[in-house]
Amino acid sequence: MNGQQTPLIEVRNISKYFGNVIALSDVSLEVMPGEVMCLLGDNGAGKSTLIKILSGVHQPDEGEYFVEGKKVSFTSPRDALDRGIATVYQDLAMIPLMSISRNFFLGSEPTKGWGIFKRFDVAFADRVAKEELAKMGIDIRDPSQPVGTLSGGERQSVAIARAVYFGAKVLILDEPTAALGVKQAGTVLRYVAQARANNLGVIFITHNPHHAYAVGDRFTILKRGKSLGTYTKQELPREEMIRLMSGADELEALSHELAEIVRKDAKVEAPEVVAAEAQLIDELGKVEDQSKHD
Amino acid sequence: MTASSVTKGADERIVESGLLRRLLTRPELGSAGGAILVWIFFAIVAPVGFLSLRGTASYLEVSAQLGILAVAVALLMIGGEFDLSVGSMIGFAGVTVAILSSQLGVPMYLAAIIALALALAVGFVNGYMVVRTKLPSFIITLASLFIIRGVTIGVTRLITGRTQIGSLQRVPGYEILRLIFAQDIAIAGVDFSVAILWWFVMAAIATWVLLRTQIGNWIFGAGGDADAARNVGVPVNRLKIGLFMTTAFAAWLVAVIQVVGVKSADTLRGEQQEFIAIIAVVIGGTLLTGGYGSAIGAVLGALIFGMVKQGIVYAGVDADWFQVFLGAMLIIAVLVNNFIRQRAEAAKR
Repeated sequence: MNGQQTPLIEVRNISKYFGNVIALSDVSLEVMPGEVMCLLGDNGAGKSTLIKILSGVHQPDEGEYFVEGKKVSFTSPRDALDRGIATVYQDLAMIPLMSISRNFFLGSEPTKGWGIFKRFDVAFADRVAKEELAKMGIDIRDPSQPVGTLSGGERQSVAIARAVYFGAKVLILDEPTAALGVKQAGTVLRYVAQARANNLGVIFITHNPHHAYAVGDRFTILKRGKSLGTYTKQELPREEMIRLMSGADELEALSHELAEIVRKDAKVEAPEVVAAEAQLIDELGKVEDQSKHD
Repeated sequence: MTASSVTKGADERIVESGLLRRLLTRPELGSAGGAILVWIFFAIVAPVGFLSLRGTASYLEVSAQLGILAVAVALLMIGGEFDLSVGSMIGFAGVTVAILSSQLGVPMYLAAIIALALALAVGFVNGYMVVRTKLPSFIITLASLFIIRGVTIGVTRLITGRTQIGSLQRVPGYEILRLIFAQDIAIAGVDFSVAILWWFVMAAIATWVLLRTQIGNWIFGAGGDADAARNVGVPVNRLKIGLFMTTAFAAWLVAVIQVVGVKSADTLRGEQQEFIAIIAVVIGGTLLTGGYGSAIGAVLGALIFGMVKQGIVYAGVDADWFQVFLGAMLIIAVLVNNFIRQRAEAAKR
């Protein structure tokens, strides 16, 4: 990541308004080839709006967008895809009732023949979908089975494998590990690392500090539509990142507030309720400690 | 499935997927079974009329007109939308052909082409309104159902003073349309309507498009989850507008077949066809919510409709009871479809 290199994608001073709501204000971000940029932030921080701008779903109201140094203005996700920017959404990735291979090639179907005989090459689609997933270590039983029969991690993997297969230069992953078990999340993280090794740029959105720190090179933190800055792994110790991410300040305030309530109500509340609340405060304290020492 | 079906060396998670199991995940399974049952039922109850070649020709012709409509409606419903205006469109297209040719002196084949252009334009407007307003297509096309019917009746009465236009066989250009859309083809001495051929051609094209083309994959994707499809670059809006134009085309085709066949046009023609077409499509295994279904299923749904409608007459039962059957059939079909879909989604275990 030397300074001479052109970023794969770069946005400068992006703002986006929905009516009188400021969803994003003056946010800048760039991704280099072979870099994993983690986008961190609480719910409502503007992560979704930012990735929707990057992937061409929304257009920014202010600011500029560059792809490999050239200024662009996307009007649809198709434009972004054509530039090699592929987005894998957490929930919208797959269509459950369609088969794996049909999902895999949806929007970019392989064809053979020409003229009115031009047709969807189903055999090719089945074969490639199976091969590409096998490369990810996912052995699907039958590529013509509905995606609804796959687990959450497998669905994410199909979506990521699809993006890579179609020549994505930049992968935008929207909380790909959010709903996954430990082992499946590991599969996805390994794939993120693999994508970086292949010189792809990855924008990785996650809530999980361990996942972010495991694969991230740089971290951009969003809060209430504004960027709190971009840090390299060296600049941002793990503890600090966890504190920023988990909203430890808010947790601290909450535990004080709860303590106050317990103190006030101690005389009138039944003893078991008081005990339960005391336990809750204790647990919150542990979470904080853990985040300090993790 | 039991472990005994596991063979050494193969992927241990692949359960032997027998022919029966594969069939169970097909949307048209229920309607295929239904069609066979209905055929057997009338073969027993009314063997003389129903099993004759003449009887077969008669229920195939009834099925064909509905089937042409149902195949197009199936594509639209798999794409996730409804079109309630197809019935009105039949009346509109038919009357347009009749007025242009008999009142304004346009050769009838040219009148048919103009009517097609108008029908496609109305289909375009339906689709455009749906994708622009993002309102349910049920509402948009419910409105166009009444608007189209109202305009058809109003304009016809304004021009001709009546709501029916007859004696179209005397209009120039009638003969060529009759050859294309309404001639009978004699097989073993029995006349089969050429509409049956149109029905099969429509079904074959629709099946080809759905299962073997890029657009077919888009239709499933747009109906399954329009946002997901859009996100991977499927032009969902254009696709849906195209599907509304397809149902308009089917309505026009049925209209021309009827107008040329009975040599007259009636502003009320096609009434309730929109619902009957939806019933045929649902009986054929297409989900009301979109994303799953088949054109072959719609063909079978239309076939069941035709067989029962004519079979009841051969069985000597008052045809008034037909509607009871139609409603009951719809409920049974939806229940069977739900069961089959759950099987399809749970095919893993």
